[in-house]
Amino acid sequence: MFILIVGAGRVGSAVAKSALAAGHEVSVLDEDPLSHERLDAGQSKSWEDSGGQFTVGTALETDALIQAGIERADAFIASTAGDNTNLVIAQLAQKRFGVEKAIVRVMDPARADWYREQGLHTISPTKHAIEMFERALTSEAA
Amino acid sequence: MYAIIAGAGKVGRNLARELISKDHEVTLIESSRSCYLACEEEFEHAVQYGDATELWVLERAGIQRADLVIAVTGDDEDNILVCQVAKEKYLCGRIIARVNNPRNHDHFRLLGIQPAVSATDLILRLIEHEVPRYGLVHLLALEEERLEIIELEVADDAPTVGEKVADIALPEGCLIISVLRGGSGFVPKHDTVIEAGDEVLLVLDPGLEEAITAYFAPDGTPAAF
Repeated sequence: MFILIVGAGRVGSAVAKSALAAGHEVSVLDEDPLSHERLDAGQSKSWEDSGGQFTVGTALETDALIQAGIERADAFIASTAGDNTNLVIAQLAQKRFGVEKAIVRVMDPARADWYREQGLHTISPTKHAIEMFERALTSEAA
Repeated sequence: MYAIIAGAGKVGRNLARELISKDHEVTLIESSRSCYLACEEEFEHAVQYGDATELWVLERAGIQRADLVIAVTGDDEDNILVCQVAKEKYLCGRIIARVNNPRNHDHFRLLGIQPAVSATDLILRLIEHEVPRYGLVHLLALEEERLEIIELEVADDAPTVGEKVADIALPEGCLIISVLRGGSGFVPKHDTVIEAGDEVLLVLDPGLEEAITAYFAPDGTPAAF
């Protein structure tokens, strides 16, 4: 599977590394050239030597997305720091480039819920954190 | 009319002032605390502090009863989000979005955010209007309504020079609505004779630009839009 990941922060870079290790073809797009270091960190070989691809560019730039290989992507992960950026680029991936699987990180649970109803695969870390806090509280109380 | 304006920058504040002066009800939403405090004195209850891309902030502003939502923040993704949610979740009848980076214009279109207004595009059109070497100027393009108004300068060698308006067999779907000659415009009559150097305004169905250009400015290069 060819996976394009936009946003190489803690989440994006970790998912990129594990997907590459699992044998997928992985391309990462980030506006900050320094984020490449996160992809190399803790690895014996550099990201490129391990077969990964890295492109510097912003997520809304069509040229950057094409350069990063969006046209042949089977899966698209939007994990930039901005909820709205993620929601917009995931819709572009689906509607403009016909990527089948678009997964979006959305911190705000309300937006994550509504866009899930609209057919986007949203993941809300905040929602998970809330649930875990609640569970931890009740189990300690018990 | 009740209008919600996301973004209280220069554009948002001036829009709010205009709408309020025309007796419309307005709520401005601003996410920067300092900017909010700066306009609170002027707009009082008509400005709210918050991130307009948060659903509860929109609901607090009463988006359910808004007739118009205008997104004019400095961030294109935010403007898309506000308008998309207003239109599709809260079924607001009218939206208007500002495009900050003209390269994002296509994204607005793809996601159904119309009309989307880009200052750069507007200025480009004015440049076309002011610089006559561009053969064709788009004065108005209503994409949803599929209607366009263009302006063409009549070239010396145009086949229509010396012809009466009634005798010019224009393709179906276009009409000469005005002629600008010597600095003033008039609505042509059937016996008005087209002269070289005239500027003709035409209303037409989209897609006819090139065909029309051949009648008035055969060597003119239609501006790329």
